[in-house]
Amino acid sequence: MTNTLHRYGNADSFRDDIIVFAICSRGKNDEGALEKLRKFLEMAIPFKPVNLGDARHGGCLRPSTDMDPTSHWNRDMTPDLDAVVKGLDAPTTVAAVFDNRTAAEEFFKAVKQADLGMSINISTDVDTAEEICLNAGTPRHSVGYSLGFEGKTELLPNSQVLELSTMCGHGMVSHSMAKKMIDWVKEGRRTPAEAATYMTRFCSCGVFNPARAARVLESSRSKTK
Amino acid sequence: MYINPDKCVACGNCTYVCPMGAIYVDPATKRSTIDRDECVECFSCYNGLSQEHLNPTLVRGMRKIFSMMRLRFDPEPDVCPTAAFEPDKLEWPRVVRRAFSDPRVPHESTGIEGRGTEEVKTNDISGRVKVGEVGFTIEFGRPGLGTRFYEIEKMSMALAKIGVDFEKKNPVTTLMTDTKTGKIREDILNEKVLSAILEIKVAVSRVEEIINVVHQVEKQVDTVVVLGVGVKCDENGDENVVRPVLERLGYNIERAKTNAGLGRITNKEVAAK
Repeated sequence: MTNTLHRYGNADSFRDDIIVFAICSRGKNDEGALEKLRKFLEMAIPFKPVNLGDARHGGCLRPSTDMDPTSHWNRDMTPDLDAVVKGLDAPTTVAAVFDNRTAAEEFFKAVKQADLGMSINISTDVDTAEEICLNAGTPRHSVGYSLGFEGKTELLPNSQVLELSTMCGHGMVSHSMAKKMIDWVKEGRRTPAEAATYMTRFCSCGVFNPARAARVLESSRSKTK
Repeated sequence: MYINPDKCVACGNCTYVCPMGAIYVDPATKRSTIDRDECVECFSCYNGLSQEHLNPTLVRGMRKIFSMMRLRFDPEPDVCPTAAFEPDKLEWPRVVRRAFSDPRVPHESTGIEGRGTEEVKTNDISGRVKVGEVGFTIEFGRPGLGTRFYEIEKMSMALAKIGVDFEKKNPVTTLMTDTKTGKIREDILNEKVLSAILEIKVAVSRVEEIINVVHQVEKQVDTVVVLGVGVKCDENGDENVVRPVLERLGYNIERAKTNAGLGRITNKEVAAK
């Protein structure tokens, strides 16, 4: 699945959006993979990721199936990174999302050192990923380029909406929800961080970047396109 | 998906979260309703909305009073106050919608393995794309528009005509009645999905030819298309073969997924071989 590849934006807009993810291959390196993937997630926490993802259960902010009505006034918006680690119960794609290159680079070096044997991918602008690999002394093995959206692009919403909604590559964050959150921030009904939190809960594999979303929402206060 | 009218209080929160815009408050019934033809069974409403379990009669009464006073409660936007969403049992061919739209659905339900394969994410293990080869993913309906299989078939048949082979493990390939013609089975052609991916692998020398075909077919489909191009780097980690071709064709390469090459075969039996 190409769930982190086709994010909308130019290279500069990915300066605070670097995803490092681990995946095993069925029948090749999946024996003992659960523990290795859990270790990958545990190792990420000291580097302060803005999201951690388990493709089966979601990220560090999840919807509640039994919400208390008083939550409308005092809802807990704190990301629960440990819950992602504890909730991992089967080999799947796991991801750590960073809002700065230094943290992502240091984490990648640590993962290399740990020698987990899993396939490790970096999803961000193409040159940054290459530099992170080179700085860790690891030449890239393969690269998957995104060529951007084509076809009936006139059916798509504006660039701010796309920057937000495409951060869930599975399409679980709707354009309408992204537009609504932009409007709520413009109206002063919610802060960018709060609005980003709502959208993060819809991403079912935990690769949505709430820090980048908050930045986009902040900048959209005075933009129309 | 089904919205229980006995529970729905028409708060409208769900109308914004549907990626297809298929949910609306019906003015006749004053309940949220799903346009079943547009719904792709992605379960974003059911899985993404937090659920309260308030008494629907109480909530409707409060909303009515607030409305008469021109007051509006400002609730959290990602909540269904009465847990009104109820998944219904999906039969063939509608079950295909969910298989291609809900990222959490187990592929066993249809025999289809997710929306795509591992592309180059595990290329360090699988060796699927070698130097001199290019793996294309051609995705339809993303972001947020969706597509129907008859649109995808236009592309698969055009690609088949120029003699490309479709990735065998790809779910769309498994739904073709003939991979030599790219024909997709008749009974699912009108099914709408959030997105679907065609996957092919060709020699580097065919990159321009493939992209030209994609551009021609794009003009005939009523949705968006996004291309992913997977290549193997040389021993120094450089890739100076395909990117220049793409740039010559007018693409400004901004984003990529980079496989760092740290994977290795560790399963004892396979490693021993």
